[in-house]
Amino acid sequence: MVNIQSLTKSYKTPKGDIPVLQDIHLQIEKGDIFGIIGFSGAGKSTLIRCLNRLEEPDSGTIEIGGRVITDLAEKELRQARQKIGMIFQQFHLLDAKTVYQNVAFPLEVAGHPRPYIHQRVREIVDLVQLGDKENTYPSQLSGGQKQRVGIARALVNSPDLLLSDEATSALDPQTTYSILELLKEINRQLKLTIVLITHELDVLQHVCNNMAVIENGRIVETGSVEKFFLHPESDTAKRFVHIIDYYRDKRHVMEGVGAGI
Amino acid sequence: MNADLVDLLREGLLETLYMVFWSSLFALLIGMVLGITLVVTEKGGLLESPKLSKVIGSIINGVRSLPFIILIVLLLPLSRLIVGTSLGPTAAIVSLSIGAAPFLARIIENSLKEVSAGKMEAAKSVGASPITIIFRVLIPEAMPALVRGVTIGIIGITEFTAVAGAIGAGGLGSLAIRFGYQRFREDVLIATVIIIILLVQVIQWSGDSIVKAIHKKRYKFE
Repeated sequence: MVNIQSLTKSYKTPKGDIPVLQDIHLQIEKGDIFGIIGFSGAGKSTLIRCLNRLEEPDSGTIEIGGRVITDLAEKELRQARQKIGMIFQQFHLLDAKTVYQNVAFPLEVAGHPRPYIHQRVREIVDLVQLGDKENTYPSQLSGGQKQRVGIARALVNSPDLLLSDEATSALDPQTTYSILELLKEINRQLKLTIVLITHELDVLQHVCNNMAVIENGRIVETGSVEKFFLHPESDTAKRFVHIIDYYRDKRHVMEGVGAGI
Repeated sequence: MNADLVDLLREGLLETLYMVFWSSLFALLIGMVLGITLVVTEKGGLLESPKLSKVIGSIINGVRSLPFIILIVLLLPLSRLIVGTSLGPTAAIVSLSIGAAPFLARIIENSLKEVSAGKMEAAKSVGASPITIIFRVLIPEAMPALVRGVTIGIIGITEFTAVAGAIGAGGLGSLAIRFGYQRFREDVLIATVIIIILLVQVIQWSGDSIVKAIHKKRYKFE
């Protein structure tokens, strides 16, 4: 589904180029929920934003569903983006538009006829359980509801791929859980490939099948999520897993497990 | 109180309203085009073109640095060319529009910059073109700030019409100068000042009401 080859990207500053992504290779299977995890500043956000070219990579190729995204001219890129949904940490809904209008926007951009838009928006708003909020403005919604609108907007034009840029990082744990459940459900129902970046272990553990660990702009580890937790190899993975181990050990000491009592 | 006062004031007010209306309309059109261009062409904008942005910015700064009364004099030949005369309210509209447009452009630029880059990225991510983003995202999202800014602009134009009145544009400003100042008609002077104050209040109140209505619609809680 997604094939990234030798991707590099650096930010130009007056003091010289700062490399953010270095020689990234990554394959993501169709129907997978793929997590990219890393600490702040590791380059994960830049990486996911390269997939729909909100950031322009310096070199390398990105292929999505057989189409080489990095070769597309502006107009073709816009067409390709119609089939790549994206959700954001800060939701980025349009305050001037109602829930219905926000969700309808991608379909209008794609030039669908009005009756189809009407029917499709209904469907998708129901899927994210906001059927009663169609005429509400985003400012009147809670964080979780806003992200549901974000998801509806990303899904309404039946994308082949969904990109999630820290979609749950601004939400409380309870809401995070419900959003993750929704993503899982969508993945199952629509057979949609999801790529998400996160710094939360919970997210990785809860929804992802496979993962990649990014560290200083390089992919340092890939494989199943199980492997990440059982046999962490990279420094970042070890540090993440160490946090869990620390508390597990502490609990064991407090509860007396291992002391033979 | 003189019997001619009411007639004078009515005529002056109508001329002022006529100038304010058309100058605001033209200045708004020009200012909108310039303001949007400034925002989308700046570095990191939708249609990045730093050179164009710089050229437009410099022109705006140039026109804005001229005192308005001098700008009117400079634009007299242009008024003659466009409307056939350099006297009267219609001639003043040409100078007023061109004089106020750069001011409005800056106000509009600032209002549009309040729209977060994230909203435009979200629109980009669904495949929207720059034109679609300008008209469907940028302008509607900035609307409350735009209305507030344009209100300031129209009040500025109202002040400018009074200045233009000093050199033959007609309107309340001219009334205050010709009768109130040069012929010592204090009643005219005071009456024109009161009317201009009221006029500015009405414009500000209208702008505030529109902003309030937008906020009520978008931000009301059930």
